[in-house]
Amino acid sequence: MALDWMAWTSETALFFALLFATLAAMTALAILRPETERVGILGLPTTRGDRLFLTLLGAAFIHLAWLALAGEAPLWGASLVSLIYGAAMFRWA
Amino acid sequence: MAKPRDDRAWVLVLPVLLLVAFSALIPMMTVVNYSVQDSFGNNQFFWNGTGWFRELLDPATELGGRFFDALWRTLLFSALCLLIEIPLGIAVALTLPRRGWGVAVSLVVLALPLLIPWNVVGTIWQVFARRDIGLLGAAVNGLGIDYNYAQDPLAAWVTVVAMDVWHWTSLVVLLCYAGLRAIPDAYYQAAKVDGAGAWAVFRAIQLPKLRRVLTIAVLLRFMDSFMIYTEPFVVTGGGPGNATTFLSIDLVKLALGQFDLGKAAAMSIVYNLIILTVCWVFFATTTRGQSEAVQGTAQGAGR
Repeated sequence: MALDWMAWTSETALFFALLFATLAAMTALAILRPETERVGILGLPTTRGDRLFLTLLGAAFIHLAWLALAGEAPLWGASLVSLIYGAAMFRWA
Repeated sequence: MAKPRDDRAWVLVLPVLLLVAFSALIPMMTVVNYSVQDSFGNNQFFWNGTGWFRELLDPATELGGRFFDALWRTLLFSALCLLIEIPLGIAVALTLPRRGWGVAVSLVVLALPLLIPWNVVGTIWQVFARRDIGLLGAAVNGLGIDYNYAQDPLAAWVTVVAMDVWHWTSLVVLLCYAGLRAIPDAYYQAAKVDGAGAWAVFRAIQLPKLRRVLTIAVLLRFMDSFMIYTEPFVVTGGGPGNATTFLSIDLVKLALGQFDLGKAAAMSIVYNLIILTVCWVFFATTTRGQSEAVQGTAQGAGR
């Protein structure tokens, strides 16, 4: 396969497909429903893109913390926490 | 009538997007792919899931142990650099002339270390600090102090920190100098009327007014020192032993020395996330500064 050098797996392909789909959806949303910045609990003016960035960055750290601290507990627990964190970011940040 | 939007100009961004995709995005995606697999060479990969990450984040394992050791070393290095460079930078900026021919001379001299390529800085210090032929090394040993950065971990640390201070304090000086020059004379006149001394002027006027540039300087210097590779690699190669093996050096050892692509990929992702977080703080701080300035101007105009 031509993409062998990138060592693709179905899991990582799905991960990036979801990531790019999210970015595409956010771009479409930005065109169809333009927004203005707002100041939330962070005390900073944020756009939807900023909130998505913080959600993704936070989700990465939540997953890493889960791997470090939760032992053999299933990883979807971290994904659940990340979803709650992301929802909070989009609502209040 | 509102002018219709025309976003065709975005097409002109395409070449840059392609370039970034090939130079950054695709390599980054490859790193993510590697981080969940193991490789025994010959471009053959085996699924390992979150195995490398679990190992990396557990200090009891060999990989986790070396990762956390390198992480603490790098954090200590960054902390030392900041503790020396920030106060020193402020002190030097305060002593620079405010007008006359001395301004240009000082700024050019201060900018010189910033213009030297990083590997050359490493080479300069590698020779400069050698006990046999280096001016600094020979002089320190001549004073009766046993200084050998190739064998003594403390000497190696002193050398790499001194090198970073020599290389980057100028940046802090230039930023602080710009900040000091932006303070209107009226503040100093008011302080004079109140009979404030030099220390009071520094505490009540200069330091608060430098807050923004100092935040930028601290974040810039933290990111740079946290990612440092070339200079310490050229001077000490991470040694003696692992005494100056910072995260970036350890990463290269793991990826290119041992060819452990999976472990190295997991380490780079965690390393990258830390840098990304600091970058965001940097971005948020600078843009908040701008929006506050804009709001301030708008309020001022409103009055």
